[in-house]
Amino acid sequence: MVVHTDVVCPFCGCLCDDLEITVEGGVVANTKNACAVSRSKFMNHGKNRLESATVDGEPVNHKKAVDAAAEILARATRPLVYGLSSTECGAIGRAVELAELVGGVVDNTSSVCHGPTILALQQVGEPKTTLGEVKNRADVVVFWGSNPTEAHLRHLLRYSGMPKGLYIPEGRKGRYIVAIDVRETRMARFADKFIKVDPGSDFELLLVLRAAVRGSKIEAEGVAGVTAKEIEELAGRMKGAKMGIIFFGLGLTQSEGRHMNIDAAIGLVTELNHHTKFLITPMRGHYNVGGANTVITWQTGYPYAVDFSRGYPRYNPGEYTAVDLLARGEADAALVVASDPAATFPAEAAMRLAKVPTITLDQKVTPTTMLSKVVIPVATAGVEVEGTAYRMDGVPLMLRKVVEPHGEVPSDAEVLDMIIERVRALKEEA
Amino acid sequence: MRMGDLIVKGGFVFDPLNEVDGEKMDVLIKGGRVVEEMRGTGAKVVDASGMTVMPGGVDIHSHIAGSKINIGRLMRPEDHRKDVVPRTRTTRGGVGYSCPSTFVTGYRYAQMGYTTVMEAAMPPLSARHVHEELNDTPIFDKAAFTLFGNNYFTLKYVKEGDMEKLKAFIAWLLRASRGYAVKIVNPGGVENWKWGKNVGGLDDLVLKFEVSPRQIVTSLARANEELGLPHTIHLHCNNLGVPGNYETTIQTMDAVKDIKPREGRKTSIHVVHVQFNALDGENWMNVRSGANKIAKYVNSHPHVTLDLGQVIFTDTTTMTGDGPWQFRLHNLTGNKWVNSDVEMEAGAGVVPYTFRKDNPANAIQWAIGLELALHVYDPWRIYMTTDHPNGGPFTFYPQVVSWLMSRKARTEVMLDSNKSVMKRTTLSNVYREYDFGEVATVTRAATAKVLGLERKGHLGPGADGDVSVYDIDPTSWRPSMYKDLEKAFTKAAYTIKGGEIVVKGGEVVASPRGTTYWVDVKVPEEAEAELMKDLESEFRDYYTVNLNNYPVQDAYLPVQQPLAVDGRRGW
Repeated sequence: MVVHTDVVCPFCGCLCDDLEITVEGGVVANTKNACAVSRSKFMNHGKNRLESATVDGEPVNHKKAVDAAAEILARATRPLVYGLSSTECGAIGRAVELAELVGGVVDNTSSVCHGPTILALQQVGEPKTTLGEVKNRADVVVFWGSNPTEAHLRHLLRYSGMPKGLYIPEGRKGRYIVAIDVRETRMARFADKFIKVDPGSDFELLLVLRAAVRGSKIEAEGVAGVTAKEIEELAGRMKGAKMGIIFFGLGLTQSEGRHMNIDAAIGLVTELNHHTKFLITPMRGHYNVGGANTVITWQTGYPYAVDFSRGYPRYNPGEYTAVDLLARGEADAALVVASDPAATFPAEAAMRLAKVPTITLDQKVTPTTMLSKVVIPVATAGVEVEGTAYRMDGVPLMLRKVVEPHGEVPSDAEVLDMIIERVRALKEEA
Repeated sequence: MRMGDLIVKGGFVFDPLNEVDGEKMDVLIKGGRVVEEMRGTGAKVVDASGMTVMPGGVDIHSHIAGSKINIGRLMRPEDHRKDVVPRTRTTRGGVGYSCPSTFVTGYRYAQMGYTTVMEAAMPPLSARHVHEELNDTPIFDKAAFTLFGNNYFTLKYVKEGDMEKLKAFIAWLLRASRGYAVKIVNPGGVENWKWGKNVGGLDDLVLKFEVSPRQIVTSLARANEELGLPHTIHLHCNNLGVPGNYETTIQTMDAVKDIKPREGRKTSIHVVHVQFNALDGENWMNVRSGANKIAKYVNSHPHVTLDLGQVIFTDTTTMTGDGPWQFRLHNLTGNKWVNSDVEMEAGAGVVPYTFRKDNPANAIQWAIGLELALHVYDPWRIYMTTDHPNGGPFTFYPQVVSWLMSRKARTEVMLDSNKSVMKRTTLSNVYREYDFGEVATVTRAATAKVLGLERKGHLGPGADGDVSVYDIDPTSWRPSMYKDLEKAFTKAAYTIKGGEIVVKGGEVVASPRGTTYWVDVKVPEEAEAELMKDLESEFRDYYTVNLNNYPVQDAYLPVQQPLAVDGRRGW
């Protein structure tokens, strides 16, 4: 029996790094400190695994599958490389290299989650922080369109709600926590104050709140379903904070207004910095979606939706984003790494994936593997292979290997290396 | 091939550390190092006749890897679009201009003949990020400076006056972050910024800690020298960008003048991008150059070194560990603003900025950099940088060299700029022009020396086989020919890295991976054990990363070279 301590959790953007994983006979036998989701990922990582590489549903060895993948990608005129948010950074870097080599497009899952956050950042910036500053100093914490009690299970416990910090020795009692959402979630019940905003009206509420922070008098009785009194009270609370933070989720990025909502939220926070210290940080979902943006940015200058068809990177969300590229029928081949777009994309985009030759690297049977021409089983980053992941606040941590890969399968990075090598050879031949 | 013998034949060699000043001679490289003699034939010959030969360039201060520059890349798609770089058979594609992608950063430095570059500010908590990017930055050797000036443990030990723990902490954090030097940014100001405040000078106090920037700087400088680190403290002063700040800068330099430098080095402080900290006047309306006053101090105080932070008239991206300054710049310009606080240790901000010739303040800032370079007499103590990308992208270095070497070149800019440059700076009265030897000093020899990189910056036996060959004949060159000079320094005829030709005719022909240097300091075991007690309890309580997961693992430094320092001697 081996007990691995300080293991980093490869599930959500919290990247909790205090797990204890007990391994018995080469199998995960127990977890400690893990949330329910994390525990399930560790305990069940061996279940429902792909048992063999396949081409057209027929089992083949890895080499044959790699050859088939390389041929598809080398022959395609508009190949798409997509996913990348649930694997380690080494694999992400190689995915970019491969996309460049075949003159394709590389995109990651942020194009369907926090892409609008990045667009807003490119428009107006973003005053942000690592999570420890929140733990140590924030006495006003606002969750806007985000529900950590369901999606980031230990966020409140480790970073934003409960912990005793350097200047918040009282822990939970030292923080005024606000939840702003369209319905009363569990988060709303945990908060000191819940503000129910009309669906699709976050933008209006943000602008009026900003005006209130500036000292403008609100003449309307209410805005976006919130009374003027509540807005003024919240503005007062925010201005009166010693240090405050807004955490926001897809309730803000994927509702009416999208990147304009984030733009307005950042405007509000920037305004607050003329009164006190106030920051804003997105609640990133997949554990390494931050890493996907980070690596693609340092290699190409752009965080997602990057096209290499001209030999140099170009960026245009809405054009080179996976959903758009597929729905327009433009992509003529796809390589999916560590993601399940068939389950999450709009029908038209998912149908295109079924129509073109799709190559999928995954551990488990998913809707995407079922419609793929080539399926290559890979090891699980953070359980069976090491690597780097970037927490939702940009802190990089090293993922651990606690057990051997199921069936001795290679990692994403190793498979991508093999495909790159094979594509190079094919290009040389041609 | 890589380690094959190589002869750089017949060039005019400028090797100031070995007192070679334009002599026509061969440089022999064997096994990646410079040798005195080479027997037998078969060595590859690089014909450098009629050309200028220097050791590979050594940049002492540049922002090339890690969270700050990557935020710059992320927030500025408009910057990338005007400078795209297609892939070739040997090189990766990418983007350039003020926030170049990692691969392009490596290529472009090499194209200018640079073979060693220092990343100037590494927050320890995201050190892994810095090293990951450095691994994707090809060709040059590199190191990163670890941020110390606002670290919780620094402040705690300074407050307690516990020099032994401070020294043990420096040793530990350099190892944990795989850092090379003690970097200090706006000491105390960045901690106060976590409450939305700043410090206004050397004797203001840090909130909750009740220590002053003066105490932070002097304690770190003393610890640095007692440990015997290869480089001095590397300091970004308080009050950056505030008219009148030259006084703070001089006070800061003066505060450490009695600290005894380590053996073998005469200096005890390096003040970075002084252009931004050499402003006289009371506000941005009546701002004028304070360069003369700084130069006067430096000329009479041998314990100080400076780098320029030269301004380039272009659209660039400012990024510093100085959060409150970046917020101030955002308010001055209305440009987009990213702030990035790092728990327990640091912060940063990024704001795009355009330096304009017709803006009086910008014209003065442009002149200040050159005034400093020309008024400070000793080229061993003032180094050429643009504080990339803060004053401008590093790709403009050849232009800066032309301004240093040609009064005509800078006069043309002065005539084309706001007249404040004539009235509120002394630049038009300066006739000094650098010669090739001085350029070699301020761009490689002196920087390598002050960094303590003994095999860099020179071409004596045992030096690394890093050589740049520029297609310019120093015997016939005149300052009026500054355009030719700029061209030659923009695209080196050859850049040789560790004996391998990496650039030929200005184009990258090979893309090897460089070495990462870091400083491994030994301290007494008891001192480290005492320190660990503090770290164990306070990491648990105040960090969000476990102590065991904090230090950078060896996997992040595939090609590394620690410099061993025995810090126990001065204990």
